[in-house]
Amino acid sequence: MEGLIQVGLGELRVAANSEVILACYGLGSCVGVAIYCPVNRVGALAHVMLPTCALAHQPLKKAKYADSAIPDMLEQMERMGAQRRLVVAKIVGGARMFSMPGRRGREGEMGYRLQVGERNVEAVKSTLKRLKINLAGEDTGGDYGRTIRFALSDGSVLVSSVRHGVKKL
Amino acid sequence: MEEKLTPLQLDALREAGNIGAGNAAMALSSMVKAKIMVHVPKALILPLDLVSELAGGPETVVVGVYLRVSGEVNGRMLLLLPEPSALQLINMMLPEEPTEQLSELARSGLQEVGSILTGSYLNALENLTGLTLRPSVPAFARDMAGAVIDLILVELGEADDEVLVIETTFDLAGLAVSGHLVFFPDAGSLDTILGHLGVK
Repeated sequence: MEGLIQVGLGELRVAANSEVILACYGLGSCVGVAIYCPVNRVGALAHVMLPTCALAHQPLKKAKYADSAIPDMLEQMERMGAQRRLVVAKIVGGARMFSMPGRRGREGEMGYRLQVGERNVEAVKSTLKRLKINLAGEDTGGDYGRTIRFALSDGSVLVSSVRHGVKKL
Repeated sequence: MEEKLTPLQLDALREAGNIGAGNAAMALSSMVKAKIMVHVPKALILPLDLVSELAGGPETVVVGVYLRVSGEVNGRMLLLLPEPSALQLINMMLPEEPTEQLSELARSGLQEVGSILTGSYLNALENLTGLTLRPSVPAFARDMAGAVIDLILVELGEADDEVLVIETTFDLAGLAVSGHLVFFPDAGSLDTILGHLGVK
Protein backbone atom coordinates (compact mmCIF):
# COMPACT_ATOMS: atom_id res chain seq x y z
CA MET A 1 0.00 0.00 0.00
CA GLU A 2 1.61 3.27 -1.08
CA GLY A 3 0.76 6.56 -2.75
CA LEU A 4 -2.22 8.74 -2.00
CA ILE A 5 -5.04 7.12 -0.06
CA GLN A 6 -8.34 8.94 0.28
CA VAL A 7 -10.15 8.64 3.59
CA GLY A 8 -13.86 9.10 2.91
CA LEU A 9 -16.54 10.53 5.16
CA GLY A 10 -16.86 8.47 8.34
CA GLU A 11 -13.88 6.25 7.51
CA LEU A 12 -10.41 5.73 8.89
CA ARG A 13 -7.23 4.36 7.37
CA VAL A 14 -4.03 3.12 8.99
CA ALA A 15 -0.69 2.60 7.23
CA ALA A 16 2.89 1.75 8.14
CA ASN A 17 4.59 2.78 4.93
CA SER A 18 6.46 6.07 4.76
CA GLU A 19 5.58 6.44 1.06
CA VAL A 20 1.93 6.80 1.92
CA ILE A 21 -0.02 10.05 2.07
CA LEU A 22 -3.43 9.85 3.71
CA ALA A 23 -5.92 12.50 2.60
CA CYS A 24 -9.35 13.89 3.50
CA TYR A 25 -10.94 16.11 0.84
CA GLY A 26 -13.33 18.93 1.60
CA LEU A 27 -13.64 18.77 5.37
CA GLY A 28 -16.37 21.14 6.52
CA SER A 29 -17.90 20.50 9.92
CA CYS A 30 -16.15 17.12 9.93
CA VAL A 31 -12.77 16.78 11.65
CA GLY A 32 -9.72 15.06 10.21
CA VAL A 33 -7.79 13.39 13.03
CA ALA A 34 -4.21 12.42 12.12
CA ILE A 35 -2.28 10.30 14.61
CA TYR A 36 1.40 9.55 14.03
CA CYS A 37 4.10 7.48 15.64
CA PRO A 38 7.36 9.16 14.59
CA VAL A 39 9.61 6.26 15.54
CA ASN A 40 8.32 3.64 13.13
CA ARG A 41 6.23 5.93 10.93
CA VAL A 42 2.87 4.37 11.52
CA GLY A 43 0.04 6.77 10.87
CA ALA A 44 -3.75 6.82 10.96
CA LEU A 45 -6.25 9.32 9.62
CA ALA A 46 -9.94 9.44 10.50
CA HIS A 47 -12.65 11.56 8.83
CA VAL A 48 -14.83 12.06 11.91
CA MET A 49 -18.43 13.22 11.37
CA LEU A 50 -20.02 13.34 14.82
CA PRO A 51 -18.97 13.88 18.44
CA THR A 52 -20.22 10.74 20.13
CA CYS A 53 -21.40 7.22 19.39
CA ALA A 54 -23.63 7.26 22.49
CA LEU A 55 -26.78 7.44 20.35
CA ALA A 56 -25.47 5.50 17.36
CA HIS A 57 -27.29 2.61 15.81
CA GLN A 58 -25.79 -0.88 15.58
CA PRO A 59 -23.63 -2.20 14.04
CA LEU A 60 -21.41 0.68 15.10
CA LYS A 61 -19.30 2.33 12.42
CA LYS A 62 -16.57 3.45 14.80
CA ALA A 63 -14.76 5.83 12.45
CA LYS A 64 -17.79 8.14 12.22
CA TYR A 65 -17.65 9.28 15.85
CA ALA A 66 -14.86 11.07 17.70
CA ASP A 67 -15.11 8.99 20.87
CA SER A 68 -15.03 5.63 19.09
CA ALA A 69 -12.72 6.49 16.16
CA ILE A 70 -9.69 7.54 18.18
CA PRO A 71 -9.45 4.41 20.41
CA ASP A 72 -9.92 2.29 17.28
CA MET A 73 -7.11 4.15 15.48
CA LEU A 74 -4.72 3.62 18.39
CA GLU A 75 -5.55 -0.05 18.61
CA GLN A 76 -4.95 -0.58 14.88
CA MET A 77 -1.74 1.47 15.01
CA GLU A 78 -0.38 -0.55 17.91
CA ARG A 79 -1.03 -3.73 15.97
CA MET A 80 1.18 -2.26 13.23
CA GLY A 81 3.97 -1.54 15.69
CA ALA A 82 3.22 2.00 16.86
CA GLN A 83 4.23 2.84 20.41
CA ARG A 84 1.34 4.34 22.26
CA ARG A 85 3.38 6.65 24.52
CA LEU A 86 5.12 8.26 21.50
CA VAL A 87 2.16 9.03 19.27
CA VAL A 88 1.01 12.59 18.61
CA ALA A 89 -2.17 13.94 17.05
CA LYS A 90 -2.97 16.78 14.67
CA ILE A 91 -6.53 17.84 14.05
CA VAL A 92 -8.09 19.86 11.25
CA GLY A 93 -11.62 20.96 10.34
CA GLY A 94 -14.71 21.52 12.45
CA ALA A 95 -15.78 24.63 10.59
CA ARG A 96 -19.19 26.27 10.59
CA MET A 97 -19.87 26.30 6.89
CA PHE A 98 -23.17 28.10 6.65
CA SER A 99 -23.91 31.57 7.84
CA MET A 100 -27.33 32.24 9.28
CA PRO A 101 -27.29 35.86 10.39
CA GLY A 102 -28.43 36.41 13.96
CA ARG A 103 -29.08 32.81 14.80
CA ARG A 104 -27.26 31.07 17.57
CA GLY A 105 -29.82 28.54 18.51
CA ARG A 106 -30.98 26.36 21.31
CA GLU A 107 -30.69 22.61 21.03
CA GLY A 108 -32.80 21.30 18.16
CA GLU A 109 -32.83 24.58 16.26
CA MET A 110 -31.05 25.41 13.02
CA GLY A 111 -28.38 27.49 14.78
CA TYR A 112 -27.47 24.63 17.10
CA ARG A 113 -27.16 22.21 14.20
CA LEU A 114 -24.79 24.58 12.44
CA GLN A 115 -22.47 24.31 15.45
CA VAL A 116 -21.76 20.61 14.99
CA GLY A 117 -18.23 21.51 13.82
CA GLU A 118 -17.40 23.07 17.18
CA ARG A 119 -18.91 20.13 19.03
CA ASN A 120 -16.82 17.75 16.90
CA VAL A 121 -13.60 19.58 17.77
CA GLU A 122 -14.44 19.57 21.48
CA ALA A 123 -15.20 15.84 21.41
CA VAL A 124 -11.97 15.04 19.55
CA LYS A 125 -9.92 17.06 22.04
CA SER A 126 -11.53 15.54 25.11
CA THR A 127 -11.07 12.02 23.73
CA LEU A 128 -7.38 12.72 23.02
CA LYS A 129 -6.98 14.09 26.52
CA ARG A 130 -8.69 11.10 28.10
CA LEU A 131 -6.36 8.78 26.19
CA LYS A 132 -3.35 10.96 27.06
CA ILE A 133 -2.43 11.67 23.43
CA ASN A 134 -0.46 14.85 22.89
CA LEU A 135 -2.04 17.39 20.51
CA ALA A 136 0.84 18.53 18.29
CA GLY A 137 -1.02 20.72 15.84
CA GLU A 138 -4.44 22.14 15.11
CA ASP A 139 -6.22 24.11 12.42
CA THR A 140 -9.87 24.12 13.37
CA GLY A 141 -12.97 26.30 13.36
CA GLY A 142 -13.62 29.21 11.05
CA ASP A 143 -16.14 29.17 8.25
CA TYR A 144 -14.27 27.44 5.47
CA GLY A 145 -13.56 23.96 4.12
CA ARG A 146 -10.19 22.24 4.20
CA THR A 147 -8.38 19.43 2.46
CA ILE A 148 -5.60 17.65 4.33
CA ARG A 149 -2.68 15.53 3.20
CA PHE A 150 -0.93 13.62 5.97
CA ALA A 151 2.55 12.38 4.95
CA LEU A 152 3.72 9.29 6.81
CA SER A 153 7.34 10.08 5.90
CA ASP A 154 7.53 12.87 8.49
CA GLY A 155 4.07 13.17 10.05
CA SER A 156 3.44 16.55 8.49
CA VAL A 157 -0.11 17.60 7.70
CA LEU A 158 -0.65 19.95 4.76
CA VAL A 159 -3.88 21.91 5.00
CA SER A 160 -5.26 23.58 1.88
CA SER A 161 -8.36 25.71 1.43
CA VAL A 162 -10.04 27.82 -1.22
CA ARG A 163 -9.70 31.21 0.44
CA HIS A 164 -6.97 30.77 3.04
CA GLY A 165 -4.14 29.20 1.10
CA VAL A 166 -1.93 26.37 2.33
CA LYS A 167 -0.70 25.76 5.85
CA LYS A 168 1.65 23.12 7.23
CA LEU A 169 1.14 21.52 10.63
CA MET B 1 -31.71 3.15 4.66
CA GLU B 2 -33.77 0.81 6.75
CA GLU B 3 -35.46 -0.77 3.81
CA LYS B 4 -34.53 -0.50 0.17
CA LEU B 5 -36.98 1.21 -2.09
CA THR B 6 -38.60 -0.61 -4.99
CA PRO B 7 -37.96 0.52 -8.59
CA LEU B 8 -41.58 1.72 -8.74
CA GLN B 9 -41.08 3.87 -5.65
CA LEU B 10 -37.83 5.33 -6.96
CA ASP B 11 -39.63 6.11 -10.23
CA ALA B 12 -42.37 7.95 -8.36
CA LEU B 13 -39.78 9.97 -6.41
CA ARG B 14 -37.94 10.77 -9.63
CA GLU B 15 -41.18 11.96 -11.20
CA ALA B 16 -41.92 14.10 -8.14
CA GLY B 17 -38.41 15.57 -8.51
CA ASN B 18 -39.12 16.24 -12.15
CA ILE B 19 -42.28 18.16 -11.36
CA GLY B 20 -40.56 20.14 -8.63
CA ALA B 21 -37.56 20.97 -10.78
CA GLY B 22 -39.77 21.88 -13.74
CA ASN B 23 -41.53 24.47 -11.63
CA ALA B 24 -38.22 25.74 -10.23
CA ALA B 25 -36.84 26.07 -13.76
CA MET B 26 -39.81 28.20 -14.80
CA ALA B 27 -39.20 30.52 -11.88
CA LEU B 28 -35.49 30.81 -12.69
CA SER B 29 -36.24 31.28 -16.35
CA SER B 30 -38.41 34.31 -15.71
CA MET B 31 -35.82 35.68 -13.30
CA VAL B 32 -32.88 35.57 -15.69
CA LYS B 33 -34.86 35.76 -18.96
CA ALA B 34 -33.21 32.67 -20.40
CA LYS B 35 -34.37 29.21 -21.37
CA ILE B 36 -33.62 26.51 -18.78
CA MET B 37 -33.00 22.86 -19.62
CA VAL B 38 -33.94 20.41 -16.90
CA HIS B 39 -32.27 17.00 -17.04
CA VAL B 40 -33.98 13.79 -16.01
CA PRO B 41 -33.79 13.69 -12.21
CA LYS B 42 -32.06 10.97 -10.26
CA ALA B 43 -33.54 9.31 -7.19
CA LEU B 44 -30.74 7.38 -5.55
CA ILE B 45 -29.76 5.81 -2.29
CA LEU B 46 -26.12 6.78 -1.90
CA PRO B 47 -23.38 5.98 0.61
CA LEU B 48 -22.57 9.23 2.44
CA ASP B 49 -19.14 9.76 0.90
CA LEU B 50 -20.47 9.59 -2.67
CA VAL B 51 -22.96 12.44 -2.31
CA SER B 52 -20.40 15.13 -3.14
CA GLU B 53 -19.76 13.36 -6.46
CA LEU B 54 -23.12 14.77 -7.60
CA ALA B 55 -21.42 18.17 -7.63
CA GLY B 56 -18.21 16.98 -9.33
CA GLY B 57 -16.29 15.67 -6.32
CA PRO B 58 -15.43 16.92 -2.82
CA GLU B 59 -12.90 19.56 -3.92
CA THR B 60 -15.01 21.23 -6.62
CA VAL B 61 -15.67 24.81 -5.59
CA VAL B 62 -19.38 25.51 -5.37
CA VAL B 63 -21.89 27.96 -4.05
CA GLY B 64 -24.41 26.19 -1.83
CA VAL B 65 -27.74 27.45 -0.59
CA TYR B 66 -29.16 25.23 2.13
CA LEU B 67 -32.66 25.13 3.57
CA ARG B 68 -34.48 22.88 5.95
CA VAL B 69 -37.92 21.63 5.03
CA SER B 70 -40.55 21.15 7.69
CA GLY B 71 -44.26 20.51 7.84
CA GLU B 72 -45.93 17.23 7.03
CA VAL B 73 -42.69 16.29 5.30
CA ASN B 74 -39.29 17.02 6.82
CA GLY B 75 -36.05 17.13 4.95
CA ARG B 76 -33.38 19.34 3.48
CA MET B 77 -32.86 21.09 0.19
CA LEU B 78 -29.62 22.21 -1.32
CA LEU B 79 -28.94 24.29 -4.40
CA LEU B 80 -25.38 23.67 -5.64
CA LEU B 81 -23.87 25.90 -8.30
CA PRO B 82 -20.34 25.34 -9.57
CA GLU B 83 -18.49 28.58 -8.89
CA PRO B 84 -18.20 29.69 -12.55
CA SER B 85 -21.96 29.18 -12.96
CA ALA B 86 -22.72 31.19 -9.84
CA LEU B 87 -20.57 34.07 -11.10
CA GLN B 88 -22.18 33.94 -14.52
CA LEU B 89 -25.61 33.97 -12.94
CA ILE B 90 -24.70 37.02 -10.87
CA ASN B 91 -23.41 38.66 -14.01
CA MET B 92 -26.81 38.15 -15.64
CA MET B 93 -28.84 39.37 -12.70
CA LEU B 94 -26.56 42.16 -11.50
CA PRO B 95 -24.50 43.28 -14.51
CA GLU B 96 -22.97 46.17 -12.56
CA GLU B 97 -21.62 43.94 -9.82
CA PRO B 98 -17.93 42.87 -9.96
CA THR B 99 -17.63 39.10 -10.04
CA GLU B 100 -13.99 38.48 -9.10
CA GLN B 101 -15.19 38.24 -5.55
CA LEU B 102 -18.66 37.59 -4.29
CA SER B 103 -19.90 40.87 -2.87
CA GLU B 104 -22.52 41.05 -0.17
CA LEU B 105 -25.07 41.92 -2.85
CA ALA B 106 -24.01 38.97 -5.01
CA ARG B 107 -24.32 36.63 -2.03
CA SER B 108 -27.79 37.80 -1.21
CA GLY B 109 -28.67 37.57 -4.91
CA LEU B 110 -27.62 33.92 -4.96
CA GLN B 111 -29.39 33.29 -1.68
CA GLU B 112 -32.51 34.72 -3.30
CA VAL B 113 -32.05 32.44 -6.32
CA GLY B 114 -31.80 29.50 -3.92
CA SER B 115 -34.86 30.64 -2.07
CA ILE B 116 -36.95 31.02 -5.21
CA LEU B 117 -35.80 27.75 -6.77
CA THR B 118 -36.39 25.67 -3.67
CA GLY B 119 -39.62 27.51 -2.91
CA SER B 120 -41.09 26.72 -6.31
CA TYR B 121 -39.79 23.17 -6.15
CA LEU B 122 -41.49 22.59 -2.80
CA ASN B 123 -44.65 24.34 -4.00
CA ALA B 124 -44.96 21.90 -6.87
CA LEU B 125 -44.44 19.00 -4.46
CA GLU B 126 -47.16 20.41 -2.20
CA ASN B 127 -49.59 20.56 -5.11
CA LEU B 128 -48.65 17.07 -6.19
CA THR B 129 -48.91 15.39 -2.80
CA GLY B 130 -51.29 17.60 -0.86
CA LEU B 131 -48.69 17.70 1.93
CA THR B 132 -47.23 20.85 3.45
CA LEU B 133 -43.51 21.46 2.91
CA ARG B 134 -42.28 24.71 4.40
CA PRO B 135 -38.77 25.99 3.65
CA SER B 136 -36.60 27.63 6.34
CA VAL B 137 -34.54 30.78 5.86
CA PRO B 138 -31.75 29.91 3.40
CA ALA B 139 -28.15 29.57 4.61
CA PHE B 140 -25.28 30.34 2.28
CA ALA B 141 -21.78 28.93 1.70
CA ARG B 142 -19.12 29.14 -1.00
CA ASP B 143 -16.44 26.49 -0.71
CA MET B 144 -15.37 22.95 -1.59
CA ALA B 145 -18.42 20.79 -2.33
CA GLY B 146 -17.42 18.21 0.28
CA ALA B 147 -17.30 20.87 2.97
CA VAL B 148 -20.58 22.46 1.86
CA ILE B 149 -22.43 19.15 1.84
CA ASP B 150 -20.97 17.55 4.95
CA LEU B 151 -23.25 19.33 7.42
CA ILE B 152 -26.27 17.70 5.80
CA LEU B 153 -24.54 14.34 5.72
CA VAL B 154 -23.56 14.71 9.36
CA GLU B 155 -27.21 15.26 10.28
CA LEU B 156 -28.50 12.43 8.14
CA GLY B 157 -25.52 10.21 8.97
CA GLU B 158 -26.43 10.15 12.63
CA ALA B 159 -29.04 7.53 11.82
CA ASP B 160 -27.78 5.99 8.58
CA ASP B 161 -24.75 5.23 6.46
CA GLU B 162 -26.71 5.89 3.28
CA VAL B 163 -29.02 8.69 2.22
CA LEU B 164 -31.84 9.08 -0.25
CA VAL B 165 -31.23 11.96 -2.66
CA ILE B 166 -33.47 13.31 -5.38
CA GLU B 167 -31.18 15.31 -7.63
CA THR B 168 -31.93 17.39 -10.70
CA THR B 169 -29.34 19.04 -12.91
CA PHE B 170 -30.31 22.10 -14.93
CA ASP B 171 -28.57 24.16 -17.61
CA LEU B 172 -29.17 27.58 -19.02
CA ALA B 173 -29.47 27.07 -22.76
CA GLY B 174 -26.52 28.52 -24.65
CA LEU B 175 -24.79 29.73 -21.49
CA ALA B 176 -22.15 28.11 -19.36
CA VAL B 177 -24.44 27.88 -16.37
CA SER B 178 -25.49 24.69 -14.70
CA GLY B 179 -26.63 23.76 -11.25
CA HIS B 180 -28.00 21.00 -9.08
CA LEU B 181 -31.11 21.00 -6.95
CA VAL B 182 -30.98 18.27 -4.36
CA PHE B 183 -33.80 17.19 -2.08
CA PHE B 184 -32.99 14.99 0.92
CA PRO B 185 -36.26 13.82 2.46
CA ASP B 186 -35.85 12.55 6.04
CA ALA B 187 -36.08 8.77 6.35
CA GLY B 188 -39.02 9.32 8.72
CA SER B 189 -40.96 11.29 6.07
CA LEU B 190 -40.43 8.82 3.29
CA ASP B 191 -43.49 6.69 4.08
CA THR B 192 -45.68 9.80 4.09
CA ILE B 193 -44.39 10.93 0.68
CA LEU B 194 -44.68 7.47 -0.86
CA GLY B 195 -48.20 7.11 0.54
CA HIS B 196 -49.29 10.39 -1.02
CA LEU B 197 -47.67 9.46 -4.32
CA GLY B 198 -49.70 6.24 -4.24
CA VAL B 199 -46.72 3.87 -4.16
CA LYS B 200 -46.47 2.92 -0.49
